[in-house]
Amino acid sequence: MRLDADRIRYAYRPGNDVLFDISLTVGKGKTVFVLGANGSGKTTLLDCLSGIRTPQSGRVSVDGIRLASLSARDRARRIGVVPQIHEPVFSFTVGQAVLMGRAPHLGLFARPGEEDRAAVDRALDAVGAAGLRDRSYTDISGGERQLVLIARGLAQGAGCLLMDEPAAHLDPHHQHDVLGVVRRLTDDGFSFVVTSHHPNNAFLYADEVLFLADGASIVRGPPEAAITEETLHAAYAMEFEIVHGTNGTRAIVPRARHPHGAAWDP
Amino acid sequence: MTESRGRTAWLLALVPPTAFLVALLVGRYSVRLDEAFRALFGLGEASDILRSLILRVRLPRALAAGCIGANLAVCGAAFQGLFRNPLVDSRILGVSSGAAFGAALALLFSAGAAAVQGSAFAFALVAVGLVVIIGRHFGSSTLVIVIGGLLVSALFNALLGLIKYVADPLSNLPAITYWLLGGLSGSRWVTLPPLLVITGLGLAFFLLVRWRLNLLTLADPEASALGVRIRPLRTVVIVVGTVMVAASVAIGGMIGWVGLVVPHVARAWVGPDHRRLVPASAAIGAATLLILDTIARTALPSEIPLGILTGLIGVPAFFLLFLRFLRARGEAR
Repeated sequence: MRLDADRIRYAYRPGNDVLFDISLTVGKGKTVFVLGANGSGKTTLLDCLSGIRTPQSGRVSVDGIRLASLSARDRARRIGVVPQIHEPVFSFTVGQAVLMGRAPHLGLFARPGEEDRAAVDRALDAVGAAGLRDRSYTDISGGERQLVLIARGLAQGAGCLLMDEPAAHLDPHHQHDVLGVVRRLTDDGFSFVVTSHHPNNAFLYADEVLFLADGASIVRGPPEAAITEETLHAAYAMEFEIVHGTNGTRAIVPRARHPHGAAWDP
Repeated sequence: MTESRGRTAWLLALVPPTAFLVALLVGRYSVRLDEAFRALFGLGEASDILRSLILRVRLPRALAAGCIGANLAVCGAAFQGLFRNPLVDSRILGVSSGAAFGAALALLFSAGAAAVQGSAFAFALVAVGLVVIIGRHFGSSTLVIVIGGLLVSALFNALLGLIKYVADPLSNLPAITYWLLGGLSGSRWVTLPPLLVITGLGLAFFLLVRWRLNLLTLADPEASALGVRIRPLRTVVIVVGTVMVAASVAIGGMIGWVGLVVPHVARAWVGPDHRRLVPASAAIGAATLLILDTIARTALPSEIPLGILTGLIGVPAFFLLFLRFLRARGEAR
């Protein structure tokens, strides 16, 4: 599934653009990381890509079909959203939570049947969370919750999943568990747009990176080309250097030990 | 644990008929099972007194109790999910305050039972209509609707206070006070058909959309991302639920706690999935009010107002449920 955004512009209030002429292409079997400081417009961009918000100008299309021309159900069959925080009020089981992903396939009075339950099984298997099916969603860890929400998107039948800072509350091990599943699903042909505060994860898991600063795109391209010391400075207003690990990966490190604090001399 | 309890959920189907039968048999004038069946189905000989007692007094009252209990509990369960708040009950949108004002207004003019029930029903709808208008004007978010319900309730409570202030303290005021305490002693066949029809249609609606109610428990953007048109669905659920509660309050007066506690009991038994929660709430709600109404009319020489009884039972029941919740979180022994 291919997702395109062409020069989209969005403002919560007229004249106060939060997104300014953003363009993005997510091809089939590709993962795009959207990086940028807090308030740079990452989540608003995801809302526009999912159809929750309609850009004031520009065009979002999925497989060449204008997103705004699709019904809410048709949109949901193509694009899934994995929210950063999902705090259910009631203790649904994981199976019941993933089953909610079947909503766009069921009419108002319909209830899920065998086909829907089979879709849930396949989705949980695909993310390696089949063992969680009967556990309460409120009793599982943050990393497991992310996997369950990915499974819900797969049960939706969506070919493209939008993930809002999936690593935000996870330790490094669980970040890599979740993003490892994202990478595996990407290799299986699914497309992902992932907002993140971790450029290091983009080096590991992204096919392409889009850097945002104050709602504008400052660079777009493969992680090795896009994540440079200059773009990092432009995006985060602080100095970084890029180091190379012995395993061939790259990582960013702040140049100063305490960039905004008092000098520290051990 | 929930799954094993879910497997025993069918047992709930037996509870309302049993409670219904008990309500027909138990009273100041005890009736044997065979006598009740003879009176109900015209089998063999049954005295006129017995037939009249069963068919004209206890049967309409038991039907009213069952319908009202089921309505309040199902709407409580639906509204708790819809407002994503387990402390909500079926009266959150000002329906009870509107009904109380409507009944008090009719009683102020010494109107008959049918006019009191009609006025209560009409003003219950007016109250929720105002909430819906406020919601539509300001975006229909759950916060706006809850605040709208709070404001409209406060307005009708103030108007109710005004009516009580000007009511004749020897005739109208006691009638208003008694109505506000809740009770089913006024249940008669002549006023029952609207309640039966509304209950039948309302329960059918909630049974049909019960899986969709799970989706209403999600945050709005999340539900929208799943292709759910959240505002129309929420509005329809509110309107149908409100009509059911309004019809119930119009007949039974202010019966508290059923809409709050019963959904929690049902949830503890069958889990939060509305596919099971809706029928379980209906069954437990109907049985609860049938049993409480039987106690209300038999425990003391004079009838105990039902609203008092539901409060006396509801408070400790809710406290026990809350204790269970705290224990599950490891915050209480």
